[in-house]
Amino acid sequence: MNFNESNKPSLKNLSWFDWLYALILVLGAGYALNAYGSHMDAYEQGFLVGAVIGFSILGWRWKPLRMLLLGIIALSLFGISQFHGDAARGDTAFFLKFFFASKTAIMWMNVLFVLAMLTYWFALFKRSDFSAKVASSLTWSAVLMGFVGLMVRWYESYLIAPEVGHIPISNLYEVFVLFCLITSLLYLHYEDRFNTRQLGGFVLVVVNAAVGFILWYTFDRQADGIMPLVPALQSYWMKIHVPANFIGYGSFSLSAMVASAYLLAERGILASRLPKLEVLDDLMYKSISIGFAFFTIATILGAMWAAEAWGGYWSWDPKETWALIVWLNYAAWLHLRLVKGLRGPMLAWWALVGLLVTTFAFLGVNMFLSGLHSYGEL
Amino acid sequence: MRFAISLLTVWGIAAIIGTVQKQNEPYTNYVIQLGQFWFEAFDRLGLYDVYHAPWFLLILMFVMVSTGLCVTRNTPSMLREMRAWREHVTESSLRLFKHQVEYQAAPDLPRLQNWLMARGFRTRSIPQQDGATLIVAKAGSNHRLGYIFTHLAIVVIFLGFLMDGDVPLKVQQMLGNKEIETRDIPPTQVPLKSWLPSDTFSFRGNMTIPEGGRGSVAFLRLRDGYMIQDLPFSIELKQFRIEHYATGQPKSFESDVLIHDRDLQKPLAATIRVNHPLIYKGVAIYQADFQDGGSELSFDGWELAGSESKPFKINANVFDKLKLTTKAEPLVLELDDFRPFNVLNLSPNGKGRPRNVGPSATFKLRDSQGQAHEYLNYMQPVMLEGRAYQVSGMRAAPNEPYQYLRIPLDENGAINTYMQWRALMSDAAQAAVIAKQLAVQVPEKDGLRSNFEGSVVRLMNLFAHSGFNGLAGFIEKTVPAKNQEKAAQAYIKILESAAMTAYGMTEQGQGKAPDAAGLNFVRDGLNTMSDSFLYGAPFYLQLTDYKLHRASGLQLTKSPGKNLVYAGSILLVLGIFAMFYIHERRIWLLVKTNSVLFAMSSARKTRDFEAEFSRLSLELGTELKLELES
Repeated sequence: MNFNESNKPSLKNLSWFDWLYALILVLGAGYALNAYGSHMDAYEQGFLVGAVIGFSILGWRWKPLRMLLLGIIALSLFGISQFHGDAARGDTAFFLKFFFASKTAIMWMNVLFVLAMLTYWFALFKRSDFSAKVASSLTWSAVLMGFVGLMVRWYESYLIAPEVGHIPISNLYEVFVLFCLITSLLYLHYEDRFNTRQLGGFVLVVVNAAVGFILWYTFDRQADGIMPLVPALQSYWMKIHVPANFIGYGSFSLSAMVASAYLLAERGILASRLPKLEVLDDLMYKSISIGFAFFTIATILGAMWAAEAWGGYWSWDPKETWALIVWLNYAAWLHLRLVKGLRGPMLAWWALVGLLVTTFAFLGVNMFLSGLHSYGEL
Repeated sequence: MRFAISLLTVWGIAAIIGTVQKQNEPYTNYVIQLGQFWFEAFDRLGLYDVYHAPWFLLILMFVMVSTGLCVTRNTPSMLREMRAWREHVTESSLRLFKHQVEYQAAPDLPRLQNWLMARGFRTRSIPQQDGATLIVAKAGSNHRLGYIFTHLAIVVIFLGFLMDGDVPLKVQQMLGNKEIETRDIPPTQVPLKSWLPSDTFSFRGNMTIPEGGRGSVAFLRLRDGYMIQDLPFSIELKQFRIEHYATGQPKSFESDVLIHDRDLQKPLAATIRVNHPLIYKGVAIYQADFQDGGSELSFDGWELAGSESKPFKINANVFDKLKLTTKAEPLVLELDDFRPFNVLNLSPNGKGRPRNVGPSATFKLRDSQGQAHEYLNYMQPVMLEGRAYQVSGMRAAPNEPYQYLRIPLDENGAINTYMQWRALMSDAAQAAVIAKQLAVQVPEKDGLRSNFEGSVVRLMNLFAHSGFNGLAGFIEKTVPAKNQEKAAQAYIKILESAAMTAYGMTEQGQGKAPDAAGLNFVRDGLNTMSDSFLYGAPFYLQLTDYKLHRASGLQLTKSPGKNLVYAGSILLVLGIFAMFYIHERRIWLLVKTNSVLFAMSSARKTRDFEAEFSRLSLELGTELKLELES
């Protein structure tokens, strides 16, 4: 994020659309609090208010986000309105069956991400600005459909039974969708800020790896259903711990993909098509620093949750231990760069290897190790 | 720094080992897994509890001390740097800056200062000897607080962590003041050396209370044993509840408890749920797990050999140890666990829906040499390929999978038809009767019939004492290899006919024409009879009734360091954001009557800084031009 003085948000600089956007968020939250406030605890009400403030500021600082959010709101509300309170309509009503039922919307996201990646690579090789813009739009559309899918899924979970209802970030299928969305959004932000579309193909490789996993999970394992929450997960903490973690995972993955572009460009491969090395280097650093900040927050939130659920803020559970290893890995990276002033291929390699460590902490622990954190098992 | 990083690497590898090697398991499991040699080697390194091994703590301690030293060494100079204005620069040194530009203009001092302040800079103007004025400005000085905060945070978090750790206990153990208890004995018999006083600074332990029971101690699991933590209060469990979703998955675990304490007017009633602990006197009480609390179980014991077809009755509670006097040898029945329901996935490819197959009991049968087989008996019949069975799992060692004995049930779902049939098949006197019936079809000349009768009796006896294995052995011994398969088929045919005849003699099978269902039943029955030789017990205990008593597993934690850890965490987050997002920059404006020298520097030369310098130098140019015009 660019915190230069010049684009510090000043209320005076906001347009009428900025205010309309914020007003819609406020009205939406007001309606939710009024209609459903009695079903939320104080923390959840706080999160809702915090979300309004947070998304307003984010939208004011990064304008394209406003349209995305309004789009998500409009399509999700439309999707939800098609259910008429009956979960079975997800398979029969036209708009649900083909567009907005959660599984369908997520499938659209998958398709759009694949197309976006192919288009980005095509644009890179053909040096075609137009194709790159198309690829960007495809990525935006994928993000839109993915979020609509998650929102509708949130609603669907309550249709199954009010007691089953929960935010859709509770199993591997759902968090993989979240991972795709957050990683892409972070990328789109940098694409906009750095005015470069050449990295889309690289970043979407890791996003599409996640898409591959979602497809495997859907078709081979039939594990895309909504499952009720086990008692340990029934907590408001999940709403902040999981997203914070995935901003961390997403940023680290993004930095690794930028690192791979750096390593290629540094060897003269695609060098003329890719941004300058110092831009890549800067992007890598910014991405890791934002990831590190959020990963730290996520780990702390996790510790606080553990202190409520597992009988202690730190239990040396495999997931906790691996989170600490990931944290130390990037702490060391940042030390080398900030304290020792190191730059260049060594840090790029490190960021790339960091992705392996991160992936193991995210997936490997669930696959190979058992512990308190075994919620999303393969 | 290099030393710290290599230590951290060692520490990281150890931490990884800790995630791969399961921690704090019963020591017998490690012996089975690793073998005696590696078991001892790993034990010496503390690999079964890596995170509390002395060397592991030592490395952490070193990291903390070196971080602490780093902070104390650098903080004064950093604070000085933050406060400093750097007003003692000369024109010639400013001209050596990489980022500097000169404007020809007639500047207005207050206006320049305002211009800087509007961009977030604090300024100070210093008149120079030659009549010029130097404006020094700085922004983002708090950047350096980021460094101090993050590193201080590590030290604070670690101190809190240390407060909640078991270092004092380790020291006490080393001094010989405290000892781990490894025997399975009631708390009252545990020597004082393994007790920890109720005012212990910090601890983390577990307790299990059956419904209606009361507990005032927690158990700390350590190495291959435990210590007892005395509590300043006692907990009574009124009720333990499990609620389920419509799909059968557990929805909530709750314990209704009463806290008894002399400091309380009347007992404190509370409900402890997952994610909702109760905190009393600095001790957080969590819902950790649950187990059986001594359920009352009833069994019918059915003999698996011999001619007895009526069951014997057993009534006992889970955790009881009962001596059973059987015909063969005395066995001790150790009832280990009871589960009121079991959600299993029995579909052939494992992709179907899991479902509840009802209650089960696990128990061991131990012989006089101390050897035990473990059993898992389901109460309700299990349907396999459309036929109903009682199922019992057996294993000879805890790390083996269960092998299952399936006992066929009759059309009414009852087990006694099989037991009657089995008794008939095992009774030598009945074998003769059956043989006689079968032999009716054989022509009565040349002693053929009596020969046949004799063979049937021998065959039935052989099977009743050694099953299909015995039969196979007999065939291998007596029949030439090329005829063995044919002989086996013939024998099995005769055996099935005998079994059908025996079936016709049971209450259920009496007067029934032999049909496919009957044939299936006796074929299953023959398999069961044959398998029962591998069952390890001379009887099958059929679970017939139960009264559930549950026990709630609570975890008790006293962690006075928690607030320190949280404070450190807040410091850490503040520090990280300060480090990443506050950029320290300094500006010098050397203002003369008709020129302005603009120089800028930053501790970190980044692309953002370059961009800001270009932007500011452009803006300053415009500003000075505007000034000229106005």
